[in-house]
Amino acid sequence: MSLIRAEQLVKTYRAGEVDVPAVKGVEFTIDVKSFVAFVGPSGSGKTTLLNMIGCLDHPTSGKLSVLDTDVGSLNRRAAANFRGLHIGFVFQEFNLIPVLTVYENIEYPLIMVQDWPAEKRRKQIMRLLESVNMSEQANKRPDQISGGQKQRVAVARALATDPQLVLADEPTANLDHDTAYRIIELMKKMRDELGTTFVFSTHDPKIMGEAEVIFTLDDGRLHANAGNKEAIHA
Amino acid sequence: MLNVLKIALRNLARFGRRTLLTSTLITLGIVSVLLFIAVAGSFKAMMISQFTDAVLGHLEVHRKGYVASIDTLPLNLNMKPAAVERVEQALKKLDAVEAYSTRVKIGAMFSNFTETTSIRINGIDPQAEVATTPMLPGRIVGGSKQGPVLKRGEILIPQLLERGMNVKVGDTIVLVATNRDGSVNGKTFTVRGIVESVTGPSGRDGYIQIDDARELLRMKEAEVSEIAIRLKNPAQLDQVYAQLSKELTGTTTKGGNAGTAATANQSGSAGTAGAASKGGDGGGGLEVHTWADLSPFASLARMIDLLTLFIKIMLVSIVLVSIMNVMVMAVYERIREIGTIAAIGTPPRKILSLFLAEGLLLGVGGTALGTAIALAAIYALNIWKLTFDFGQQHGLVLSPAIRAADVVIVAVLVVIMALLASLQPAWKASRMDPVTALGHV
Repeated sequence: MSLIRAEQLVKTYRAGEVDVPAVKGVEFTIDVKSFVAFVGPSGSGKTTLLNMIGCLDHPTSGKLSVLDTDVGSLNRRAAANFRGLHIGFVFQEFNLIPVLTVYENIEYPLIMVQDWPAEKRRKQIMRLLESVNMSEQANKRPDQISGGQKQRVAVARALATDPQLVLADEPTANLDHDTAYRIIELMKKMRDELGTTFVFSTHDPKIMGEAEVIFTLDDGRLHANAGNKEAIHA
Repeated sequence: MLNVLKIALRNLARFGRRTLLTSTLITLGIVSVLLFIAVAGSFKAMMISQFTDAVLGHLEVHRKGYVASIDTLPLNLNMKPAAVERVEQALKKLDAVEAYSTRVKIGAMFSNFTETTSIRINGIDPQAEVATTPMLPGRIVGGSKQGPVLKRGEILIPQLLERGMNVKVGDTIVLVATNRDGSVNGKTFTVRGIVESVTGPSGRDGYIQIDDARELLRMKEAEVSEIAIRLKNPAQLDQVYAQLSKELTGTTTKGGNAGTAATANQSGSAGTAGAASKGGDGGGGLEVHTWADLSPFASLARMIDLLTLFIKIMLVSIVLVSIMNVMVMAVYERIREIGTIAAIGTPPRKILSLFLAEGLLLGVGGTALGTAIALAAIYALNIWKLTFDFGQQHGLVLSPAIRAADVVIVAVLVVIMALLASLQPAWKASRMDPVTALGHV
């Protein structure tokens, strides 16, 4: 069962007088509960693609369907609403809110994006803190924890509202290899526990091997053997 | 909402130094404005009472045209007994009236038997006059303080004549006046005391008993030049003015306000109401005047009000500029953060409210602190009892006071300005494109 479907997806940016194509007619399908990586060098269009899937950016042409919704047609408010309901985000630089504690960062989407009752909220946060092994750091501020811990908190925050999809743009780029590996393992574990689809981008060959499905992007186009992990690692 | 405020508060604490500087600026602004309003208001109220309690009363009734010719103290524009009685009946019906005093005003010649000069004589009923202008006894600087301020055959002379004519308490002098028929009459008086002028050393007003004045003018009837009125509560001035004008003249037309904001309880409307006689007031109508219509200090009072307004505008500008500056910086420094919260689905209106809350808290914090300091300073000034001189009055004690309404107006104004100043940066934050914001370095 497909969660994301892209057909002839094109994204072109305007830089002054020049049109700069970032994504050039890609087509792919991502199934529910899959663990997918978009790989490729810098500037290959990974982030642009993730932004479009995450309703942060609109395709220039083509069709992009997420959870049977044509996300390209959503206006600003509807897109924010869609993200809040269905998508979690993990960022390369963690992007935790510095004035909130670990607990409050995970709580943030439950209060500001959705409106969960206090007790349900507390249970969810405690469960996630335990899952990402951050229970003991719950009252610390982001500047009091390590990079790896920050990314674990970010994963917990992304999963707080029980989204069907989590998008992670270069989630390990600012981490050492061991920590990066543990984050990917954590994401995979959360996929197994919660059934959430994880889509992440990376250019780290060691990390990309952890994905179950790999789409290789090069200059805005999907590699011919995209989605075939064996072909990539052959 | 509580969570929005909590996050806003923490963001303010995160940029502690900037928050402190801005809130200090707002606090200082509030303190300055409230202190100014309190001190200027106190000064204004005191100055107004110097006129109303010493000379004018809060309201005066004249025959129509008298005030326009007041420099010549025209005897032909005195009120006849029937008109006086009509005014007295009207005054007795008004609960707000504390006292009133009938006066006969005369332009006379004053002689100490060697020199002669001009003098403006107020013929008064001492008891009624003191009830209407209670500061009169305090203005008498020489002579006996015992008994009534004046007896028949006695005169209170202005300091100007005491010094210029070398007249002492107990001396005999002669007043010479021309009555309305043109005949000249004279009468000797004993100097009972020396009276300070309210307006300065050039004052030429003296006092004799009203019966002596009528005798000096050989009046056949108990005519009156003016009736001064004291109110129980000066704040009722406009209301009593309207009632009295309607009763005496059939109109409540006003000329404009002399003072409002700083001391409403002492403010007066510069108004004159006049109309045709209802009969028996001497061939013309009656006019009702407020103190402000009769005193040049009314324009000074208006200037104090204008100054207060100007200071308020300055405060509003300070708040507007400083909070807008802080909020613009807050948005600029947190673009990536805004991108993050927008990306995870925070609705634009909540992003807007986050930044508005920061501005609101800055405004409320600065206002609360500023108000507390200002009220403490006003309290301290009242304990300290600062004194100053005004005209012939020395050692006047400054008693700054501020109405709750003024505090509320200033506080609400500042908080509204804080919100308005935050609106543009907050709006900008809420409309930010998440992709651009996340990519901001």
